[in-house]
Amino acid sequence: MGKKVALTGNEAAAHAIRQINPDVIAAFPITPSTPIPQAVAQFIADGEMDTELVTVESEHSAMSACIGAAAAGGRVMTATSANGYALMWEMLYIASGMRLPIVMAVVARALSSPLNIHGDHSDIMGGRDTGWIQLISENSQEAYDNLIQAVKIAENKDVMTPALVAQDGFNTSHTIEIWELEDDQKVKEFIGEYEPLYPMLNTDEPVTHGAWAPPNWYFEHKMNQLRGLLNAKDVVEKVGKEFGDAFGRYYGLYEAYKLDDAEYVIVAAGSVCGTTKDVVDGLRENGVKAGLLKVRLFRPFPYKELAETLQSAKAIAVLDRVSPAGAQGGPLFTEIRSALYDTPSRAPVINYTYGLGGRDTQPRHISSVFETLKRIVETGKVEKQFDCLNLRGEWR
Amino acid sequence: MALLNELAKKKEGLVSGHRLCPGCTHSVIMRQVFAAADTDKYDIVVAAATGCFEVCSGLYPYTSWNVPWIHSAFENAASTISGIEAMYRVWKRKGRTNKDIRFIAVASDGGTYDIGLQALSGAIERGHQFLYICNDNNAYQNTGNQRSSATPFGGWTTTSPSGKVKFGKEQPKKDIMSIVEGHHLPYAAQASPSNWRDLMNKVKKALDINGPTYLNVIEPCTTGWGFPPNMAIEIAQLAVDTCVWPLYEVINGKVVINYKPKKKLPVTEYLKPQKRFAHLFKKGNEYLIEEFQRQVDAHWEWLLKREECGIEYGVTKEE
Repeated sequence: MGKKVALTGNEAAAHAIRQINPDVIAAFPITPSTPIPQAVAQFIADGEMDTELVTVESEHSAMSACIGAAAAGGRVMTATSANGYALMWEMLYIASGMRLPIVMAVVARALSSPLNIHGDHSDIMGGRDTGWIQLISENSQEAYDNLIQAVKIAENKDVMTPALVAQDGFNTSHTIEIWELEDDQKVKEFIGEYEPLYPMLNTDEPVTHGAWAPPNWYFEHKMNQLRGLLNAKDVVEKVGKEFGDAFGRYYGLYEAYKLDDAEYVIVAAGSVCGTTKDVVDGLRENGVKAGLLKVRLFRPFPYKELAETLQSAKAIAVLDRVSPAGAQGGPLFTEIRSALYDTPSRAPVINYTYGLGGRDTQPRHISSVFETLKRIVETGKVEKQFDCLNLRGEWR
Repeated sequence: MALLNELAKKKEGLVSGHRLCPGCTHSVIMRQVFAAADTDKYDIVVAAATGCFEVCSGLYPYTSWNVPWIHSAFENAASTISGIEAMYRVWKRKGRTNKDIRFIAVASDGGTYDIGLQALSGAIERGHQFLYICNDNNAYQNTGNQRSSATPFGGWTTTSPSGKVKFGKEQPKKDIMSIVEGHHLPYAAQASPSNWRDLMNKVKKALDINGPTYLNVIEPCTTGWGFPPNMAIEIAQLAVDTCVWPLYEVINGKVVINYKPKKKLPVTEYLKPQKRFAHLFKKGNEYLIEEFQRQVDAHWEWLLKREECGIEYGVTKEE
């Protein structure tokens, strides 16, 4: 068991990075992830880690330098949020296409405009198809645990795909929680040594990285890349179990919270799951069969496993912390609903957008979702397939 | 410098089989760079920006590069090499390599003067050990000759065409050397493949410096500029002899002009053989050639005066 500490989510990420002690970090400050590179710089200044920190002039250069460093041969990490993540966009695709197992801490935040520095999932959901593994954390403990696991997942030879570990801006990143910090040496042993496959710095065997591929090759490259990403699913499960064996906290693809016989189910990811668990507990005490499906691995999307856990549900609400932006619903909603189409369940599935730009989501809002689900089951009618939580006025 | 017959025996960093246009100077310049590099002493690692040179030398499943080479995007050769060089420092420190490696970033004017300027500035400011080579072909040639900030005044490109009421690019060329120099880096120079010995001296000097260095090289483009493939080196020579492309160094802020033409040719000698300037020779456009000449003269005079001053950055007279 680790040492109990009371620190923020950003500090949790920073301690994970300190213990991983990557060879190179290239980073640029942006709220709310700035405290991560700050803490890392201080750890380096105090001799607690010996990473080369490249303090680049933009996030685009941050990811570019990470790509250069990873191709050169070694462990590479970075951290960002929101607009910084958006500025990396081009390079995110390139990092995954070049099969470089870079690990990035993303403190999820709203995208401009209007400018807003607070938490939501606009950044990571916008980047869901960049070919990165995406792990979403509920709290500081998970932000810490997931980063450590992400190194092992990304570097797995069957995967060789970059991974991001998200935590919610401010809700998690700036909130002090009690979590367990593991022993430095134990973490070091858990992640092991990394042997890069084709390091550029091995000048005796010169390798060309990033050649361009014409129509007669590009397709095969992209499908090989997809294979690596899909392979991550089993590796996430394997590493989650290994992590549990080593540190006592077991992880799977998702967390099924009181889901076995649940009839009213919320599907969500991130810090809102903590609030939802409290509400579920209260409902259960009153005999209401409520449950939560917390999505941990969003990319690759474990659609079969997630749909399987939802078979007892009579009505489902999916919470998206991002605007549907013209789609039928948020990304989590459309993927969950699509996953259910191949299963016997024909439970109604509704969608909520919540928490945009750091808007509070309180237990009463989650309770209202369960009340709606109950009403749907009782009346057999869905009044609104899409709605908002804690929005000023009525949606439509 | 080694004798020519010795240089000819040197292992090539860039080998034949690439897909550059006949008469293209990208490969000529790069081979001069490799010939200059003291590869008995150190190895070379290259990061390239997207562009003609990149697409023509790194087409899967082939490569023309005999040294470790990476390409990732258009605007980031400097930040990519930063990451590689940072990793090299780790390898050295942790004893993963005992090799001496020197780093080169290669881009053209689009990836340097324009979209890559921020990354270049950042990398120089951070002081990485690398030589940045800009092969300046005066426009976005890889996408088919669109204007860049390196396109000269009056130059015809597909996005600064001449027409009934327009005469080509209306603005003077950006002075990238002054921008680079503003970082007070140890070494920056301008070179031409026509003056290969000078170019090689500059490469050798730059690679021996443990810090950021910059080389701006004129890269005549047969298709974009409109001249026959056998004329590329001649065009480069004319650029030098007209002082359109002065050969000079900035060593710790001190300007050293490496070549002063005995007879400075009028710019028309440089402009005339190139189709991109043909419209300047139409009747009524004489004033444009005068303006071109004025800009070239002004820059040349300014350089001569700076050389005369002989001021080094951060060095007082007493020393």
